[in-house]
Amino acid sequence: MLGKIARFFFFNFFIRPMVFLYLGVNIRRSFLLPKKGPAILVANHNSHLDTVVLMIACPRSLFSHLRPVAAADYWLKGPLLTWFSTHVLNIVPIHRKKEDRPEGSDPLDSIGKALDEGSAVIFFPEGSRGEPEQMTSFKRGIAILAERHPDVPVVPVYFQGLGRALPRGEGLLVPFLCDMYVGEHLYWSGDEEEFMKRLVRRFESLSREGYKPQWE
Amino acid sequence: MIEFFERGEAVHNPVVLWALASLFVILIGATIIVNYLHSRGGSGEFDEVVQRLRTWWLIIVLLSSAILLSSNASLVFFALISFLGLKEFLTLAPTRRVDRNVLFYIYLSIPVQYMWAALEWYGMFIIFVPVYLFLFVPLRMVLGGNTTNFLKAAGVLHWGVMTTVFSLSHLAFLLMLPATESNPYGSGPALVLYVIILTQLNDVAQFIWGKTFGSRRVVPSVSPNKTWEGLLGGVLTTTTLAVVLSIWMTPMSLFQAVFAGLGIGIFGFVGDVCVSAVKRDLGIKDTSQMLPGHGGVLDRVDSLTYTAPLFFHYVYYFCY
Repeated sequence: MLGKIARFFFFNFFIRPMVFLYLGVNIRRSFLLPKKGPAILVANHNSHLDTVVLMIACPRSLFSHLRPVAAADYWLKGPLLTWFSTHVLNIVPIHRKKEDRPEGSDPLDSIGKALDEGSAVIFFPEGSRGEPEQMTSFKRGIAILAERHPDVPVVPVYFQGLGRALPRGEGLLVPFLCDMYVGEHLYWSGDEEEFMKRLVRRFESLSREGYKPQWE
Repeated sequence: MIEFFERGEAVHNPVVLWALASLFVILIGATIIVNYLHSRGGSGEFDEVVQRLRTWWLIIVLLSSAILLSSNASLVFFALISFLGLKEFLTLAPTRRVDRNVLFYIYLSIPVQYMWAALEWYGMFIIFVPVYLFLFVPLRMVLGGNTTNFLKAAGVLHWGVMTTVFSLSHLAFLLMLPATESNPYGSGPALVLYVIILTQLNDVAQFIWGKTFGSRRVVPSVSPNKTWEGLLGGVLTTTTLAVVLSIWMTPMSLFQAVFAGLGIGIFGFVGDVCVSAVKRDLGIKDTSQMLPGHGGVLDRVDSLTYTAPLFFHYVYYFCY
Protein backbone atom coordinates (compact mmCIF):
# COMPACT_ATOMS: atom_id res chain seq x y z
CA MET A 1 0.00 0.00 0.00
CA LEU A 2 2.71 2.45 1.05
CA GLY A 3 4.69 1.37 -2.00
CA LYS A 4 1.74 2.11 -4.31
CA ILE A 5 1.28 5.60 -2.82
CA ALA A 6 5.01 6.29 -3.09
CA ARG A 7 4.97 5.08 -6.69
CA PHE A 8 2.05 7.37 -7.54
CA PHE A 9 3.63 10.45 -5.95
CA PHE A 10 7.10 9.74 -7.27
CA PHE A 11 5.95 9.48 -10.87
CA ASN A 12 3.17 12.07 -10.96
CA PHE A 13 4.59 14.80 -8.73
CA PHE A 14 8.30 14.42 -9.23
CA ILE A 15 9.15 12.64 -12.48
CA ARG A 16 6.35 14.01 -14.66
CA PRO A 17 6.99 17.74 -13.99
CA MET A 18 10.73 17.16 -14.13
CA VAL A 19 10.56 15.40 -17.49
CA PHE A 20 8.00 17.61 -19.21
CA LEU A 21 8.64 21.06 -17.66
CA TYR A 22 12.24 21.12 -16.56
CA LEU A 23 13.64 18.96 -19.35
CA GLY A 24 11.15 18.68 -22.19
CA VAL A 25 10.95 15.31 -23.91
CA ASN A 26 9.54 15.10 -27.40
CA ILE A 27 7.94 11.69 -27.98
CA ARG A 28 7.62 10.59 -31.63
CA ARG A 29 5.05 7.94 -32.53
CA SER A 30 3.81 7.32 -28.98
CA PHE A 31 0.92 5.39 -30.57
CA LEU A 32 3.38 2.55 -31.20
CA LEU A 33 3.79 2.01 -27.47
CA PRO A 34 1.81 -1.08 -26.39
CA LYS A 35 -1.44 -0.54 -24.52
CA LYS A 36 -1.29 -3.79 -22.61
CA GLY A 37 1.23 -6.42 -21.58
CA PRO A 38 3.02 -8.63 -22.12
CA ALA A 39 5.58 -6.69 -24.11
CA ILE A 40 9.34 -6.20 -24.20
CA LEU A 41 10.30 -2.52 -24.41
CA VAL A 42 13.87 -2.29 -25.64
CA ALA A 43 15.81 0.95 -25.29
CA ASN A 44 19.33 2.32 -25.57
CA HIS A 45 20.75 3.20 -22.18
CA ASN A 46 22.66 6.37 -21.32
CA SER A 47 21.09 7.67 -18.15
CA HIS A 48 18.95 6.75 -15.17
CA LEU A 49 16.36 8.99 -16.80
CA ASP A 50 15.79 6.44 -19.61
CA THR A 51 13.76 4.13 -17.39
CA VAL A 52 11.52 6.74 -15.76
CA VAL A 53 10.93 8.69 -18.98
CA LEU A 54 9.88 5.53 -20.76
CA MET A 55 7.59 4.63 -17.86
CA ILE A 56 5.66 7.92 -17.89
CA ALA A 57 5.61 7.96 -21.68
CA CYS A 58 3.66 4.69 -21.75
CA PRO A 59 -0.16 4.67 -21.84
CA ARG A 60 -1.81 4.80 -18.42
CA SER A 61 -3.38 1.38 -18.98
CA LEU A 62 0.09 -0.12 -19.17
CA PHE A 63 1.68 1.80 -16.29
CA SER A 64 0.85 -0.67 -13.50
CA HIS A 65 2.24 -3.53 -15.60
CA LEU A 66 5.57 -1.83 -16.31
CA ARG A 67 8.64 -3.46 -14.84
CA PRO A 68 12.16 -2.31 -15.65
CA VAL A 69 14.76 -5.04 -15.76
CA ALA A 70 17.60 -3.92 -13.49
CA ALA A 71 20.87 -5.28 -12.19
CA ALA A 72 20.47 -6.73 -8.69
CA ASP A 73 24.05 -5.84 -7.75
CA TYR A 74 23.25 -2.13 -8.28
CA TRP A 75 19.57 -1.72 -7.42
CA LEU A 76 19.29 -4.11 -4.48
CA LYS A 77 22.12 -2.55 -2.46
CA GLY A 78 21.02 -1.54 1.02
CA PRO A 79 17.51 -1.65 2.50
CA LEU A 80 16.37 1.80 1.35
CA LEU A 81 17.36 1.41 -2.31
CA THR A 82 15.98 -2.12 -2.30
CA TRP A 83 12.61 -0.88 -1.03
CA PHE A 84 12.59 1.89 -3.66
CA SER A 85 13.55 -0.50 -6.48
CA THR A 86 11.01 -3.11 -5.48
CA HIS A 87 8.01 -0.95 -4.61
CA VAL A 88 8.38 2.32 -6.50
CA LEU A 89 10.13 1.17 -9.67
CA ASN A 90 8.89 -2.42 -9.38
CA ILE A 91 12.03 -3.80 -11.02
CA VAL A 92 12.68 -7.30 -12.28
CA PRO A 93 16.06 -7.94 -10.68
CA ILE A 94 18.63 -9.89 -12.67
CA HIS A 95 21.96 -11.19 -11.46
CA ARG A 96 24.64 -10.18 -13.91
CA LYS A 97 27.44 -12.20 -12.30
CA LYS A 98 27.37 -15.99 -12.32
CA GLU A 99 28.53 -16.31 -8.68
CA ASP A 100 25.47 -14.30 -7.48
CA ARG A 101 23.02 -16.74 -9.03
CA PRO A 102 21.80 -20.02 -7.55
CA GLU A 103 23.52 -23.01 -9.13
CA GLY A 104 22.17 -23.86 -12.59
CA SER A 105 19.70 -20.99 -12.80
CA ASP A 106 19.30 -18.67 -15.76
CA PRO A 107 19.54 -14.86 -15.40
CA LEU A 108 16.61 -14.41 -17.77
CA ASP A 109 14.24 -16.68 -15.83
CA SER A 110 12.88 -13.83 -13.71
CA ILE A 111 12.08 -11.82 -16.83
CA GLY A 112 10.30 -14.76 -18.39
CA LYS A 113 8.19 -15.11 -15.28
CA ALA A 114 7.27 -11.41 -15.35
CA LEU A 115 6.23 -11.72 -19.02
CA ASP A 116 4.11 -14.77 -18.22
CA GLU A 117 2.33 -12.64 -15.61
CA GLY A 118 1.46 -10.12 -18.32
CA SER A 119 4.05 -7.49 -17.44
CA ALA A 120 5.64 -5.12 -19.93
CA VAL A 121 9.33 -5.31 -19.17
CA ILE A 122 11.82 -2.56 -19.95
CA PHE A 123 15.06 -4.06 -21.20
CA PHE A 124 18.36 -2.37 -21.98
CA PRO A 125 20.27 -4.70 -24.30
CA GLU A 126 23.50 -2.70 -23.95
CA GLY A 127 23.66 -4.04 -20.40
CA SER A 128 24.87 -0.78 -18.85
CA ARG A 129 24.65 2.99 -19.33
CA GLY A 130 28.19 3.36 -20.65
CA GLU A 131 29.50 6.61 -22.06
CA PRO A 132 26.84 9.32 -22.49
CA GLU A 133 25.22 9.63 -25.92
CA GLN A 134 27.06 6.63 -27.33
CA MET A 135 25.36 3.38 -28.17
CA THR A 136 27.39 0.23 -27.54
CA SER A 137 26.77 -3.21 -29.03
CA PHE A 138 23.73 -5.17 -27.88
CA LYS A 139 24.15 -8.29 -25.80
CA ARG A 140 22.41 -11.44 -27.05
CA GLY A 141 20.11 -11.75 -24.01
CA ILE A 142 17.35 -9.94 -25.88
CA ALA A 143 17.41 -12.54 -28.66
CA ILE A 144 17.14 -15.39 -26.16
CA LEU A 145 14.24 -13.62 -24.48
CA ALA A 146 12.46 -13.09 -27.80
CA GLU A 147 12.99 -16.73 -28.74
CA ARG A 148 11.41 -17.92 -25.51
CA HIS A 149 8.44 -15.57 -26.02
CA PRO A 150 7.86 -15.53 -29.78
CA ASP A 151 4.36 -14.04 -29.49
CA VAL A 152 5.44 -11.08 -27.30
CA PRO A 153 6.16 -7.87 -29.26
CA VAL A 154 9.61 -6.32 -28.96
CA VAL A 155 9.19 -2.51 -29.05
CA PRO A 156 12.35 -0.54 -29.88
CA VAL A 157 12.68 2.88 -28.23
CA TYR A 158 15.57 5.21 -29.00
CA PHE A 159 16.50 8.01 -26.59
CA GLN A 160 18.58 11.01 -27.48
CA GLY A 161 19.75 13.76 -25.15
CA LEU A 162 19.01 12.20 -21.77
CA GLY A 163 22.65 11.24 -21.52
CA ARG A 164 23.53 14.92 -21.68
CA ALA A 165 20.93 15.90 -19.08
CA LEU A 166 22.05 13.29 -16.56
CA PRO A 167 25.06 11.21 -17.62
CA ARG A 168 26.41 8.35 -15.58
CA GLY A 169 28.25 9.43 -12.47
CA GLU A 170 26.73 12.93 -12.28
CA GLY A 171 24.15 14.18 -9.82
CA LEU A 172 23.34 17.55 -11.40
CA LEU A 173 20.40 17.47 -13.78
CA VAL A 174 20.92 20.09 -16.51
CA PRO A 175 17.95 20.96 -18.76
CA PHE A 176 18.19 19.82 -22.36
CA LEU A 177 15.41 19.10 -24.79
CA CYS A 178 15.39 15.34 -25.36
CA ASP A 179 13.89 13.06 -27.97
CA MET A 180 12.29 9.67 -27.70
CA TYR A 181 11.65 7.74 -30.92
CA VAL A 182 9.41 4.68 -30.86
CA GLY A 183 9.93 2.17 -33.66
CA GLU A 184 7.81 -0.56 -35.28
CA HIS A 185 7.37 -3.75 -33.24
CA LEU A 186 9.58 -6.78 -33.88
CA TYR A 187 8.89 -10.48 -33.33
CA TRP A 188 11.14 -13.48 -33.06
CA SER A 189 11.77 -14.90 -36.52
CA GLY A 190 13.55 -18.15 -35.78
CA ASP A 191 17.15 -17.11 -36.22
CA GLU A 192 19.21 -15.34 -33.57
CA GLU A 193 21.68 -13.63 -35.87
CA GLU A 194 18.96 -12.38 -38.15
CA PHE A 195 16.88 -11.11 -35.20
CA MET A 196 19.81 -9.17 -33.71
CA LYS A 197 20.62 -7.68 -37.11
CA ARG A 198 17.04 -6.53 -37.54
CA LEU A 199 16.96 -5.01 -34.05
CA VAL A 200 20.25 -3.18 -34.49
CA ARG A 201 19.20 -1.91 -37.91
CA ARG A 202 15.96 -0.58 -36.44
CA PHE A 203 17.88 1.31 -33.78
CA GLU A 204 20.27 2.68 -36.36
CA SER A 205 17.44 4.05 -38.42
CA LEU A 206 15.76 5.54 -35.32
CA SER A 207 19.03 7.18 -34.32
CA ARG A 208 19.32 8.86 -37.72
CA GLU A 209 15.92 10.53 -37.44
CA GLY A 210 16.82 13.51 -35.31
CA TYR A 211 19.49 16.18 -35.23
CA LYS A 212 22.48 15.12 -33.18
CA PRO A 213 24.21 18.08 -31.57
CA GLN A 214 27.93 18.15 -31.07
CA TRP A 215 28.85 17.25 -27.50
CA GLU A 216 32.24 16.14 -26.31
CA MET B 1 -8.94 62.72 -17.52
CA ILE B 2 -7.81 60.38 -14.77
CA GLU B 3 -4.29 60.82 -13.50
CA PHE B 4 -2.47 57.61 -14.40
CA PHE B 5 1.17 58.36 -13.89
CA GLU B 6 1.90 55.23 -11.93
CA ARG B 7 2.32 51.89 -13.71
CA GLY B 8 -0.92 50.60 -12.28
CA GLU B 9 -2.38 47.21 -13.05
CA ALA B 10 -2.80 46.38 -16.70
CA VAL B 11 -6.36 45.23 -16.17
CA HIS B 12 -7.39 48.83 -15.34
CA ASN B 13 -5.68 50.28 -18.39
CA PRO B 14 -8.25 50.75 -21.19
CA VAL B 15 -5.56 50.92 -23.87
CA VAL B 16 -4.25 47.49 -22.86
CA LEU B 17 -7.78 46.09 -22.86
CA TRP B 18 -8.50 47.55 -26.29
CA ALA B 19 -5.22 46.21 -27.68
CA LEU B 20 -5.91 42.70 -26.37
CA ALA B 21 -9.51 42.83 -27.59
CA SER B 22 -8.27 43.83 -31.05
CA LEU B 23 -5.88 40.91 -31.05
CA PHE B 24 -8.74 38.53 -30.39
CA VAL B 25 -10.86 40.16 -33.10
CA ILE B 26 -7.99 39.66 -35.56
CA LEU B 27 -7.56 36.06 -34.40
CA ILE B 28 -11.25 35.28 -34.77
CA GLY B 29 -11.29 36.90 -38.21
CA ALA B 30 -8.22 34.96 -39.30
CA THR B 31 -9.70 31.72 -37.97
CA ILE B 32 -12.93 32.23 -39.92
CA ILE B 33 -11.06 33.03 -43.14
CA VAL B 34 -8.58 30.17 -42.79
CA ASN B 35 -11.30 27.66 -41.91
CA TYR B 36 -13.35 28.82 -44.89
CA LEU B 37 -10.39 28.48 -47.28
CA HIS B 38 -9.44 25.18 -45.66
CA SER B 39 -12.92 23.68 -46.09
CA ARG B 40 -12.99 24.79 -49.73
CA GLY B 41 -9.45 23.92 -50.75
CA GLY B 42 -8.41 21.33 -48.16
CA SER B 43 -4.92 21.24 -49.61
CA GLY B 44 -1.89 20.12 -47.60
CA GLU B 45 -0.39 23.58 -47.57
CA PHE B 46 -3.28 24.91 -45.53
CA ASP B 47 -2.88 22.28 -42.81
CA GLU B 48 0.19 24.11 -41.58
CA VAL B 49 -1.60 27.46 -41.60
CA VAL B 50 -4.45 25.96 -39.54
CA GLN B 51 -1.93 24.51 -37.12
CA ARG B 52 -0.03 27.78 -36.95
CA LEU B 53 -3.19 29.69 -36.20
CA ARG B 54 -4.13 27.26 -33.46
CA THR B 55 -0.75 27.87 -31.86
CA TRP B 56 -1.29 31.64 -32.19
CA TRP B 57 -4.47 31.21 -30.15
CA LEU B 58 -2.50 29.48 -27.42
CA ILE B 59 0.23 32.15 -27.44
CA ILE B 60 -2.20 35.06 -27.34
CA VAL B 61 -4.40 33.50 -24.65
CA LEU B 62 -1.35 32.87 -22.48
CA LEU B 63 0.11 36.33 -23.11
CA SER B 64 -3.18 38.13 -22.37
CA SER B 65 -3.78 36.11 -19.22
CA ALA B 66 -0.30 36.86 -17.95
CA ILE B 67 -0.57 40.59 -18.75
CA LEU B 68 -4.02 40.93 -17.19
CA LEU B 69 -3.27 38.82 -14.13
CA SER B 70 -0.45 40.93 -12.69
CA SER B 71 2.96 42.31 -13.51
CA ASN B 72 4.54 39.42 -11.61
CA ALA B 73 2.63 36.89 -13.71
CA SER B 74 3.88 38.67 -16.83
CA LEU B 75 7.46 38.53 -15.57
CA VAL B 76 7.10 34.79 -14.93
CA PHE B 77 5.69 34.38 -18.44
CA PHE B 78 8.62 36.22 -20.03
CA ALA B 79 11.10 34.34 -17.84
CA LEU B 80 9.54 31.10 -19.05
CA ILE B 81 10.02 32.20 -22.67
CA SER B 82 13.68 32.93 -21.89
CA PHE B 83 14.01 29.49 -20.29
CA LEU B 84 12.47 27.69 -23.26
CA GLY B 85 14.48 29.74 -25.75
CA LEU B 86 17.74 29.15 -23.89
CA LYS B 87 16.97 25.44 -23.57
CA GLU B 88 16.39 25.16 -27.30
CA PHE B 89 19.60 27.05 -27.99
CA LEU B 90 21.75 24.98 -25.61
CA THR B 91 20.22 21.76 -26.92
CA LEU B 92 21.15 22.57 -30.52
CA ALA B 93 24.42 24.43 -30.07
CA PRO B 94 27.65 22.52 -29.54
CA THR B 95 28.44 22.36 -25.82
CA ARG B 96 31.07 20.50 -23.81
CA ARG B 97 30.45 17.85 -21.22
CA VAL B 98 32.87 19.57 -18.87
CA ASP B 99 30.67 22.71 -18.98
CA ARG B 100 27.53 21.05 -17.62
CA ASN B 101 27.92 23.05 -14.40
CA VAL B 102 28.36 26.29 -16.33
CA LEU B 103 25.17 25.56 -18.25
CA PHE B 104 23.35 25.13 -14.98
CA TYR B 105 24.55 28.54 -13.74
CA ILE B 106 23.46 30.10 -17.00
CA TYR B 107 19.96 28.73 -16.46
CA LEU B 108 20.04 30.14 -12.93
CA SER B 109 20.75 33.59 -14.38
CA ILE B 110 17.17 33.68 -15.72
CA PRO B 111 15.35 34.05 -12.36
CA VAL B 112 18.06 36.44 -11.17
CA GLN B 113 17.85 38.66 -14.25
CA TYR B 114 14.03 38.82 -14.07
CA MET B 115 14.26 39.54 -10.37
CA TRP B 116 16.21 42.74 -11.11
CA ALA B 117 13.35 43.74 -13.39
CA ALA B 118 10.78 42.93 -10.70
CA LEU B 119 12.76 45.05 -8.22
CA GLU B 120 13.02 47.81 -10.86
CA TRP B 121 16.75 47.95 -10.12
CA TYR B 122 17.84 49.31 -13.50
CA GLY B 123 21.58 49.54 -12.79
CA MET B 124 21.82 45.88 -11.86
CA PHE B 125 19.42 44.75 -14.59
CA ILE B 126 21.54 46.34 -17.30
CA ILE B 127 24.97 45.07 -16.14
CA PHE B 128 24.23 41.70 -14.57
CA VAL B 129 24.49 39.62 -17.77
CA PRO B 130 26.95 41.67 -19.85
CA VAL B 131 29.36 42.28 -16.94
CA TYR B 132 28.97 39.84 -14.07
CA LEU B 133 27.76 36.76 -15.92
CA PHE B 134 30.13 37.54 -18.81
CA LEU B 135 33.06 37.44 -16.41
CA PHE B 136 31.77 34.53 -14.35
CA VAL B 137 31.26 32.08 -17.24
CA PRO B 138 34.93 31.84 -18.33
CA LEU B 139 36.00 31.77 -14.67
CA ARG B 140 33.81 28.74 -14.00
CA MET B 141 34.94 27.17 -17.27
CA VAL B 142 38.59 27.50 -16.28
CA LEU B 143 37.84 25.62 -13.07
CA GLY B 144 36.68 22.74 -15.28
CA GLY B 145 40.26 22.56 -16.49
CA ASN B 146 39.64 21.61 -20.12
CA THR B 147 41.02 24.00 -22.75
CA THR B 148 39.91 22.09 -25.86
CA ASN B 149 37.42 24.30 -27.74
CA PHE B 150 37.44 26.72 -24.81
CA LEU B 151 36.97 29.85 -26.90
CA LYS B 152 34.27 28.29 -29.05
CA ALA B 153 32.37 27.06 -25.99
CA ALA B 154 32.60 30.42 -24.24
CA GLY B 155 31.35 32.16 -27.37
CA VAL B 156 28.39 29.80 -27.71
CA LEU B 157 27.37 30.28 -24.08
CA HIS B 158 27.73 34.07 -24.18
CA TRP B 159 25.76 34.43 -27.40
CA GLY B 160 23.02 32.16 -26.09
CA VAL B 161 22.59 33.97 -22.81
CA MET B 162 22.75 37.43 -24.37
CA THR B 163 20.01 36.72 -26.90
CA THR B 164 17.63 34.54 -24.92
CA VAL B 165 18.08 35.99 -21.43
CA PHE B 166 19.47 39.52 -21.62
CA SER B 167 17.73 40.69 -24.79
CA LEU B 168 14.33 39.15 -24.07
CA SER B 169 14.36 40.29 -20.44
CA HIS B 170 14.06 43.86 -21.75
CA LEU B 171 10.38 43.04 -22.20
CA ALA B 172 10.26 42.60 -18.43
CA PHE B 173 11.85 45.95 -17.67
CA LEU B 174 9.72 47.62 -20.32
CA LEU B 175 6.70 46.28 -18.46
CA MET B 176 7.80 48.08 -15.30
CA LEU B 177 7.97 51.53 -16.91
CA PRO B 178 5.39 54.05 -15.62
CA ALA B 179 3.24 56.30 -17.78
CA THR B 180 4.43 59.84 -18.43
CA GLU B 181 2.67 63.23 -18.63
CA SER B 182 2.22 62.90 -22.38
CA ASN B 183 0.00 59.79 -22.20
CA PRO B 184 -1.57 58.52 -18.96
CA TYR B 185 -2.11 55.06 -20.46
CA GLY B 186 1.17 54.58 -22.29
CA SER B 187 2.74 52.66 -19.41
CA GLY B 188 4.68 49.38 -19.30
CA PRO B 189 1.99 46.85 -20.27
CA ALA B 190 0.91 48.99 -23.24
CA LEU B 191 4.54 49.39 -24.37
CA VAL B 192 5.14 45.64 -24.09
CA LEU B 193 2.08 44.90 -26.21
CA TYR B 194 3.13 47.64 -28.65
CA VAL B 195 6.55 46.14 -29.35
CA ILE B 196 5.30 42.52 -29.38
CA ILE B 197 2.36 43.24 -31.70
CA LEU B 198 4.45 45.32 -34.09
CA THR B 199 7.30 42.79 -34.17
CA GLN B 200 5.02 39.85 -34.85
CA LEU B 201 2.89 41.74 -37.39
CA ASN B 202 6.11 42.86 -39.04
CA ASP B 203 7.03 39.19 -39.54
CA VAL B 204 3.62 38.47 -41.02
CA ALA B 205 3.66 41.63 -43.19
CA GLN B 206 7.14 40.87 -44.56
CA PHE B 207 6.01 37.33 -45.32
CA ILE B 208 2.87 38.47 -47.17
CA TRP B 209 4.60 41.28 -49.10
CA GLY B 210 7.40 38.88 -50.00
CA LYS B 211 4.99 36.18 -51.15
CA THR B 212 3.05 38.63 -53.27
CA PHE B 213 5.72 40.83 -54.85
CA GLY B 214 9.03 39.32 -53.82
CA SER B 215 11.75 38.64 -56.37
CA ARG B 216 15.08 40.17 -55.33
CA ARG B 217 16.68 38.33 -52.43
CA VAL B 218 18.32 40.18 -49.54
CA VAL B 219 20.55 37.48 -48.05
CA PRO B 220 20.16 34.42 -50.32
CA SER B 221 22.86 32.42 -48.53
CA VAL B 222 21.17 32.81 -45.13
CA SER B 223 17.46 32.96 -45.78
CA PRO B 224 16.46 32.43 -49.42
CA ASN B 225 12.83 33.44 -48.86
CA LYS B 226 13.61 36.97 -47.67
CA THR B 227 13.23 39.54 -50.42
CA TRP B 228 13.75 43.30 -50.67
CA GLU B 229 10.10 43.68 -51.64
CA GLY B 230 9.01 41.82 -48.51
CA LEU B 231 11.39 43.77 -46.31
CA LEU B 232 10.35 47.18 -47.69
CA GLY B 233 6.66 46.39 -47.70
CA GLY B 234 6.92 45.03 -44.18
CA VAL B 235 8.85 48.00 -42.86
CA LEU B 236 6.38 50.47 -44.40
CA THR B 237 3.38 48.55 -43.02
CA THR B 238 4.98 48.32 -39.59
CA THR B 239 5.94 52.00 -39.55
CA THR B 240 2.43 53.09 -40.50
CA LEU B 241 0.93 50.93 -37.80
CA ALA B 242 3.60 52.04 -35.30
CA VAL B 243 2.65 55.69 -35.82
CA VAL B 244 -1.08 55.04 -35.49
CA LEU B 245 -0.79 52.80 -32.41
CA SER B 246 1.73 55.09 -30.72
CA ILE B 247 -1.00 57.70 -30.16
CA TRP B 248 -2.72 55.45 -27.60
CA MET B 249 -0.08 52.97 -26.54
CA THR B 250 3.12 54.98 -26.02
CA PRO B 251 4.44 58.26 -24.64
CA MET B 252 6.24 58.92 -27.96
CA SER B 253 5.57 61.81 -30.29
CA LEU B 254 4.49 60.97 -33.84
CA PHE B 255 7.96 61.90 -35.10
CA GLN B 256 9.57 59.54 -32.58
CA ALA B 257 7.09 56.81 -33.50
CA VAL B 258 8.18 56.93 -37.16
CA PHE B 259 11.69 55.93 -36.17
CA ALA B 260 10.44 53.38 -33.64
CA GLY B 261 8.42 51.75 -36.44
CA LEU B 262 11.34 51.83 -38.88
CA GLY B 263 13.57 50.32 -36.19
CA ILE B 264 11.15 47.53 -35.32
CA GLY B 265 10.66 46.73 -39.02
CA ILE B 266 14.34 46.67 -39.92
CA PHE B 267 15.75 45.09 -36.78
CA GLY B 268 12.95 42.55 -36.53
CA PHE B 269 14.24 41.37 -39.90
CA VAL B 270 17.81 41.33 -38.59
CA GLY B 271 16.85 39.23 -35.53
CA ASP B 272 15.04 36.81 -37.80
CA VAL B 273 17.98 36.29 -40.17
CA CYS B 274 20.47 36.04 -37.29
CA VAL B 275 18.60 33.06 -35.85
CA SER B 276 18.28 31.71 -39.41
CA ALA B 277 22.06 31.97 -39.77
CA VAL B 278 22.55 29.97 -36.56
CA LYS B 279 20.11 27.30 -37.76
CA ARG B 280 21.83 27.13 -41.14
CA ASP B 281 25.18 26.84 -39.44
CA LEU B 282 23.93 23.89 -37.38
CA GLY B 283 22.09 22.36 -40.35
CA ILE B 284 18.59 22.39 -38.87
CA LYS B 285 15.25 23.83 -39.96
CA ASP B 286 13.42 24.56 -36.69
CA THR B 287 14.79 25.13 -33.20
CA SER B 288 12.30 22.57 -31.80
CA GLN B 289 8.75 21.28 -32.36
CA MET B 290 7.28 22.93 -29.28
CA LEU B 291 4.93 25.25 -31.19
CA PRO B 292 3.14 23.25 -33.92
CA GLY B 293 3.18 25.15 -37.22
CA HIS B 294 5.84 27.59 -35.99
CA GLY B 295 8.72 25.36 -34.93
CA GLY B 296 10.38 26.25 -31.67
CA VAL B 297 10.03 29.11 -29.21
CA LEU B 298 13.26 30.59 -30.55
CA ASP B 299 11.78 30.58 -34.07
CA ARG B 300 8.90 32.67 -32.76
CA VAL B 301 10.88 35.19 -30.68
CA ASP B 302 13.87 35.54 -33.02
CA SER B 303 12.86 39.05 -34.14
CA LEU B 304 12.10 40.07 -30.56
CA THR B 305 15.69 39.36 -29.51
CA TYR B 306 16.57 42.48 -31.51
CA THR B 307 13.46 44.64 -31.25
CA ALA B 308 12.83 44.26 -27.49
CA PRO B 309 16.16 45.70 -26.28
CA LEU B 310 16.37 48.29 -29.07
CA PHE B 311 12.83 49.56 -28.56
CA PHE B 312 13.32 49.63 -24.81
CA HIS B 313 16.43 51.78 -25.00
CA TYR B 314 14.85 54.04 -27.61
CA VAL B 315 11.83 54.76 -25.43
CA TYR B 316 13.89 54.90 -22.26
CA TYR B 317 16.25 57.48 -23.75
CA PHE B 318 13.68 59.77 -25.33
CA CYS B 319 10.72 59.54 -22.95
CA TYR B 320 12.11 58.82 -19.46
